[in-house]
Amino acid sequence: MRYNETKIKELQDKATQIRRLIIEMLAEAGSGHPGGSLSSTDLVTALFFSVLRHDPKNPKWPLRDRFHMSKGHCCPLWYAVLADSGYFPKEKLMTLRKFGSLLQGHPDTRTPGIEVASGSLGQGLSVALGMSLAAKIDTLDYRVYVLLGDGEIQEGNIWEAAMAASHFHCNNICAILDYNGFQIDGKTCDIMNLEPMVAKWQAFGWHAIEINGHDMKQIMAAYAQAQDIKEQPTIIIAHTIKGKGVSFMENVCDFHGRAPTKDEAAQALKELS
Amino acid sequence: MAEALYQRDVYGKTLVELGTQNKDIVVLDADLSSSTRTGMFAKEFPERFFNFGVAEQNMMAAAAGLASCGKTVFVSTFAIFATGRAWDQVRNSIAYNNFNIKIVATHAGISVGPDGASHQALEDIALMRVIPNMNIIVPCDGPQTREAIYTAVSTKGPFYIRLGRPKVPTLENKGQFEFGKAQMLTQGNDVAIVACGIMVNEAFTAVKSLREKKINARLINMHTIRPLDAAVLLQAAEQTRGIVVCEEHAVVGGLASTVDEVVAENHPTKVMRVGIKNRFGQSGEPETLLKEYNLTAQDIEKAALSVIG
Repeated sequence: MRYNETKIKELQDKATQIRRLIIEMLAEAGSGHPGGSLSSTDLVTALFFSVLRHDPKNPKWPLRDRFHMSKGHCCPLWYAVLADSGYFPKEKLMTLRKFGSLLQGHPDTRTPGIEVASGSLGQGLSVALGMSLAAKIDTLDYRVYVLLGDGEIQEGNIWEAAMAASHFHCNNICAILDYNGFQIDGKTCDIMNLEPMVAKWQAFGWHAIEINGHDMKQIMAAYAQAQDIKEQPTIIIAHTIKGKGVSFMENVCDFHGRAPTKDEAAQALKELS
Repeated sequence: MAEALYQRDVYGKTLVELGTQNKDIVVLDADLSSSTRTGMFAKEFPERFFNFGVAEQNMMAAAAGLASCGKTVFVSTFAIFATGRAWDQVRNSIAYNNFNIKIVATHAGISVGPDGASHQALEDIALMRVIPNMNIIVPCDGPQTREAIYTAVSTKGPFYIRLGRPKVPTLENKGQFEFGKAQMLTQGNDVAIVACGIMVNEAFTAVKSLREKKINARLINMHTIRPLDAAVLLQAAEQTRGIVVCEEHAVVGGLASTVDEVVAENHPTKVMRVGIKNRFGQSGEPETLLKEYNLTAQDIEKAALSVIG
């Protein structure tokens, strides 16, 4: 993939637009998860608008790269990038979490572009593993990207999948860890310490790349590096800030699972312009 | 003496047949491929078999990933692990997505024998039955196992197929197997006996003994638990004096509960349950355990007599 200063600036601007959509749809919904959606925005924006091989007009294209959001509660971000890519009209975003909506409170296959439901944490890396094995059986060269939350990797299922992905030499998997350091009840280091993070993944046989998850250049370089790893799965361990981009949400645990009020949303949109 | 087969041997052979015909079939196991017989498929099609080691949750969720890419995925392990250990993965990653994943679990029920309670799934039908989209077949013998597997492949959506550990005698003259349609093995209007799995054979013995006492029992092989053949049950409720349900499973949540729900809502009648009553299993030979847990032909006969009153 090619990127230059112009492309980086474009992606940064796109990320701001995506953050605005997240705030708008959450304020309209009145519930949902802004914190982790905003911390992953730069990572997922870069992926959808510069890395992923996909065709929103042909969502079942067999050669498409797969993306799965294992931390399903951050679906406002997923919905925003899908709508912005053209999988469904942007107006639909304002139906988030409402009765009869295409956009459920946690990801579901009724949403165009979503292939596997998520929401019950810890299963998405296994889903990615299955997608990766299917590519190997069919000798297709698509890649599988999966977004993990940091609190989520406290689930044992994640480590079963981590072990298997290296055992099966799933070099087509690129996991992205949104390491914002917070979970519902507090800081991950207080609730259930995850360190040493890099060493853990390396010990499970993964290629680990540690980056600042808000630095678009580092993000793009990490995705490029992951494509060159021939024997192992790769994980991008991205240090991020929960609630990134909205001053009064940054590193505030309350905004893990609380939508902004109308006033807070107006304030947030002022900051995201 | 009728032929007796291991259902899992039939499963392994059927998988190999299907693997030859259908390149989209993928098989997963969790370190039990010699016991479940998926090893037979692994030997023929190593590129389409994956051993997940002792990690059932990962296996179930990975099956979802494979199915999302168009594969028909067979997933096997012991019933206790398939349904209990990985229930959330089965619910959220498999059934909720309505994927083409066929869970074929072996070593169900008390007839696991010497391994004891930890390995004897007595609640697996209950666990699968409450999940929307899940189809459930409990074949009664070897040949019916093959029919169940073929049905699962040709029918879209998730399946739970329950197999046992020991050899089971083949029941002759069952008639055609039709998914979702029970098989009436004997006619009779005094009492109806509804059974699944290895209990069908026990029930058949009970029916013969009842006949000597001039009691005509209608024996129904309810091989498909979901979708349930409600019509055949309502007919039995209307035309007989009561129903005896026999299953190698807890008396709550499984076939008996299903029958109770249907008749209570539509045509209340007396229902007696032959199954495991609020107990864990234990070590012992299958025949010893079937006696200890009141799962024999004699127990079925006793229940039938009590229904008639």
